[in-house]
Amino acid sequence: MEEALVDWSRAQFALTAMYHWLFVPLTLGLSFIMAIMETIYVKTGNIKWKKTTQFWMTLFGINFAIGVATGIILEFEFGTNWSNYSWFVGDIFGAPLAIEGIMAFFLESAFLAVMFFGWQKVTKKFHLTATWLVALGANLSALWILVANGWMQNPVGMHFNPETARNEMGNFWDVLLNPTAVDKFLHTVSSGYVIGALFVVGVSSWYILKNRHIRFAKRSMVVGAVFGVISSLFIVLTGDSSGHHVAQTQPMKLAAMEGLYEGQEGAGLVAIGVLNPEKEVDNDKDPFYFKVKMPKLLSLLAERDADAFVPGMEDLVYGNTQQGILSTPKKMEKGDRALTALKKYNEAEEAGKDSLASAHLETFRANYPFMGYGYFDQPQETVPPVGLTFYSFHVMVILGFLFVLLFLLVIWFNLKDTILQKRYLLVAATWAIPLGYLASMLGWVVSEVGRQPWTIQDLLPVGVSTSHISASHVQLTFWLFAAIFTILLIAEISIMVRQIKIGPK
Amino acid sequence: MNFFKRVWNLYYEGFKNMGPVGKKLWLIILIKLFIMFAILRLFFFPDILEENFSSDKERSDHIINEISKP
Repeated sequence: MEEALVDWSRAQFALTAMYHWLFVPLTLGLSFIMAIMETIYVKTGNIKWKKTTQFWMTLFGINFAIGVATGIILEFEFGTNWSNYSWFVGDIFGAPLAIEGIMAFFLESAFLAVMFFGWQKVTKKFHLTATWLVALGANLSALWILVANGWMQNPVGMHFNPETARNEMGNFWDVLLNPTAVDKFLHTVSSGYVIGALFVVGVSSWYILKNRHIRFAKRSMVVGAVFGVISSLFIVLTGDSSGHHVAQTQPMKLAAMEGLYEGQEGAGLVAIGVLNPEKEVDNDKDPFYFKVKMPKLLSLLAERDADAFVPGMEDLVYGNTQQGILSTPKKMEKGDRALTALKKYNEAEEAGKDSLASAHLETFRANYPFMGYGYFDQPQETVPPVGLTFYSFHVMVILGFLFVLLFLLVIWFNLKDTILQKRYLLVAATWAIPLGYLASMLGWVVSEVGRQPWTIQDLLPVGVSTSHISASHVQLTFWLFAAIFTILLIAEISIMVRQIKIGPK
Repeated sequence: MNFFKRVWNLYYEGFKNMGPVGKKLWLIILIKLFIMFAILRLFFFPDILEENFSSDKERSDHIINEISKP
């Protein structure tokens, strides 16, 4: 496939997915924070909590309205730019995405109306139920698309039909409960909760800095910070589980995340480090200019054993017989066998040569798990961009820990009732809002850049997934999307900022 | 008042009494949906396999040809 076409298709998908993701996490996080605030109102009957809930609900509404349907564009791209891939994934995406559509429509749209229009129309408890259901609906609709993404990272629960060239769902529960999908869902939604918390704490801090709505701000800030701490602990747990599963299913990604070229027993986790950009899998240069490692932690994360062996990129490319790791050239041979057998199977079927067809089918089935490797010319092509993956991962983790510290300090100084004097903390909390988005985006970069060159792990590389269309067409729509999404983002920020400046009633 | 009338009133009065921010957001939603479905989807994002082939058999043959080794 033409390189420019693949690159533009990839860039366009990255652009639209990342812009879409600018709107989603606040919806996920803020919806729960509003529901908690409204629960306090219903429990205490204190009208101030009602006003607090209504203010954050307005900001939620702005974000929801501007972000709604931005994900649909990704589905347009599947049909136009990624038709090979779309056909290949077959029914696997159909069921989860259909459920997402139904769930998002019925749960969110029905109860969203009650949430916004129903304050004077329904009972307090019914309204509260609607608010919780909106939060639940938003999070559940994220579940299905993340299940689909989890399947791409670790394809399970399906069998490939060589006559139709489609994957067919073998077991729905295997797809839904795929450990990669479960981790991905929990880790991703909890990053949304942290963004929601940072948003509430940051906006509240801004009010205090401006000496406006002080009581409202302190009230909101405490809820946001407590929710943020709980979500951050959850994100650490799900991140740990995610790292463990990545080690099992995508060891190359884990090696890139850690800049680990040579496998080690009792491998340490890099806390901070500067990579040597000249290091490649096929040279002997030192991978790092500088690094600080936490001993044995990577082995513990990957294998739940502090002394276990963690393969590096060189082990995965060139193989390691001692550790039972198959080399990429061997996988390429198997992949080549699968692809050749697929072609011959269909030719034999067409010619009515049944016994020959079943022999080719057997060869195909035996080598199918390595099919994607058959498309590569060089084993080094299976190494993802190491620098981008490594730095994205480490900056994300560092920011995540800084957010925990921020939330804890906010709670502590609120408890001591000295938060109004901590201007440095209030300024930091305000600036933490964009940093939260940055951390979340970097998480996606780790997830998606780290699994290159695959669209579907081990089965289909990106270069084979694209449609035969002109690169200039993709380039044109890339810039169209860039313009539309930028306008939407400017609209979101300007309406949001205006509403924040107006403040709570 | 029956259930359906109450639901109707909820929406009707909600939209009628909507503030300027709500109206602006609805305008943005409608413009966005129009651009997405009436312009982008229609003119820039055809379903390649749907348009170029008339049956699933043809689509399958095309993809097998695309993904398997020559």
